[in-house]
Amino acid sequence: MTKIVVLVKEVPDAAVQKHIDSSVGRLDRSGEKTLNPFDTHAIEAALQLRESGALDVEEVVAITVGPSSAQKALHKAVSLGADRSIHLTDDALAGSDVVATGYALAELVKRENPDLVLAGQQSDDGQSYAVGAVVAEHLGWPALTQVIKLDVDGQTLTCERQAEYGYDTVKVELPAVISVGDAINEPRYPSLKAIMGAKKKPLETLSVGDAGIDASKVGADGSQAVWQSSKQPPAKSAGTIIEDEDTAQTVEKIVAWLDERKLV
Amino acid sequence: MSNILVYALHHDGAINKNSLGAISEASKLAGELGGEVHVVLVGEDISDDVAGSVGTYGAAKALRVVAPAGVAQPVVDAVAKIAQDGDYGYAIFGGGLLGFEAGAGVAARLGGGIAVEITGLRVDGGAIIAERPILGDSEISEIKFKGFGVVVGRLNAFELAPSGSAVAVEDVAVELSAASGKVTVVTRGEQRGADVNIEDAQVLITGGRGLGSPENFSVADGLAAAFGGNAAVAATRAAVDAGWFPYAGQIGQTGKTVAPKVYIGLGVSGAIQHKVGMQSAENIIAINKDSNAPIFEFADLGVIGDLHAIVPALSEAIKAKKG
Repeated sequence: MTKIVVLVKEVPDAAVQKHIDSSVGRLDRSGEKTLNPFDTHAIEAALQLRESGALDVEEVVAITVGPSSAQKALHKAVSLGADRSIHLTDDALAGSDVVATGYALAELVKRENPDLVLAGQQSDDGQSYAVGAVVAEHLGWPALTQVIKLDVDGQTLTCERQAEYGYDTVKVELPAVISVGDAINEPRYPSLKAIMGAKKKPLETLSVGDAGIDASKVGADGSQAVWQSSKQPPAKSAGTIIEDEDTAQTVEKIVAWLDERKLV
Repeated sequence: MSNILVYALHHDGAINKNSLGAISEASKLAGELGGEVHVVLVGEDISDDVAGSVGTYGAAKALRVVAPAGVAQPVVDAVAKIAQDGDYGYAIFGGGLLGFEAGAGVAARLGGGIAVEITGLRVDGGAIIAERPILGDSEISEIKFKGFGVVVGRLNAFELAPSGSAVAVEDVAVELSAASGKVTVVTRGEQRGADVNIEDAQVLITGGRGLGSPENFSVADGLAAAFGGNAAVAATRAAVDAGWFPYAGQIGQTGKTVAPKVYIGLGVSGAIQHKVGMQSAENIIAINKDSNAPIFEFADLGVIGDLHAIVPALSEAIKAKKG
């Protein structure tokens, strides 16, 4: 019997304008939130490993680190098929960089002692691509990111991914941390019943102390990468936008634009 | 703590261009910090000539570690051990997948900080400041490090600057971690699909996931044919991973970097990983029905509409125009 932990994150809704709180240099996370869309591929991958019988999956556990609102992302994760979820939330975590967040997640993973940890390829907001590798390092496990095909044979995963020079095939021994690329699957939509039932599935809320996390290694004080200031990039002149209402007119405008620049 | 380590990715007897950019950039910084750049190469068959050539971009030392290439774990073992045993304040990785993975591992193992997608580095008050574009490149965060700093560059962020001459290669023995023993590269660098040339085209019609199906690449083919001559069709990573187009025709982070006179994206969202491979195009045109697509933030001409209606008509109009 195997257990899979899926790392998930709450992110600002992509349709909502994001901005930085200029006093502290952190993303203003006060707007509308949702489950990081890249994480839905990791949940789907876990479900497919279970449903295909490739792994004898006893349990899929979604875990997250974030403010109290992040509960909603966990509800979404269980509505998609995770069996239960764990929410680490504590004021001491505010301002954690990717290494500190990865350390905290690794401590949560240790409590669960799974065989496999799955993550999305990136978060829709921070986009560090790095948290999976940090978690793996703290666990002493191997990690592989951007995996778009995952086959299991006993304790060995055969993973395919696109890297710098083409497609690579890599074998990884479990336990391992695998970040999946968005090409690995098409995540299913949760059923209405699953959405309604999500709040009834077990959700454990932990503080830093509960989880046995060293508070000196998290939060702004425990983070080694420090935001110092923000600046504007060199201004780029705004492009021309055409909203298509009449195809013939739109085409005429595009051709005129190309013609002005002697491109046709 | 003034020396800088740079990891140099290599494959098939050549060092990655982004790694050479990172070495060049580090050499400038090291000069200001009063230190040296030492380059770490990890592989089982790296020749003295290849390893030593890092000196021609300003490195003072080439440190070769014999271990499997193509995955992050041995690189983490090598860079972290060398950093612990020497006098180093920073490790810099060029753009690329392995840089993110290995950089994150090194930062975690050394208890340091990491800054990724970095487009600029400078020295201020004896320390390195890293510039990181955020929020669709609309703002730049400046990041510094309390302790050991790991920097992962954005693809093509650092220019190659030849300086100095080849250096002698030092072999460094590093004991690999248990995790390194659990990862094995079966095949590396497999080219899927036909060998297409997109780097020499003056006009590139690029198909993204928004094309909807592999058959719909015929729409892109039709537009390229209308431009005639030096036009070619390319694709995004999403379209290639879906099996719609050959890998050799992919633009972006894990594909080609192009700079055509005209780039036309059809159903291309314009994710950063794609943008880094085509932002030097002279004229960027985007046709996409999703008005929220990031590509509209940097396109010179953005057309919000259904490409399946617009593009065939546009092809006809261009053909008519050219007579």
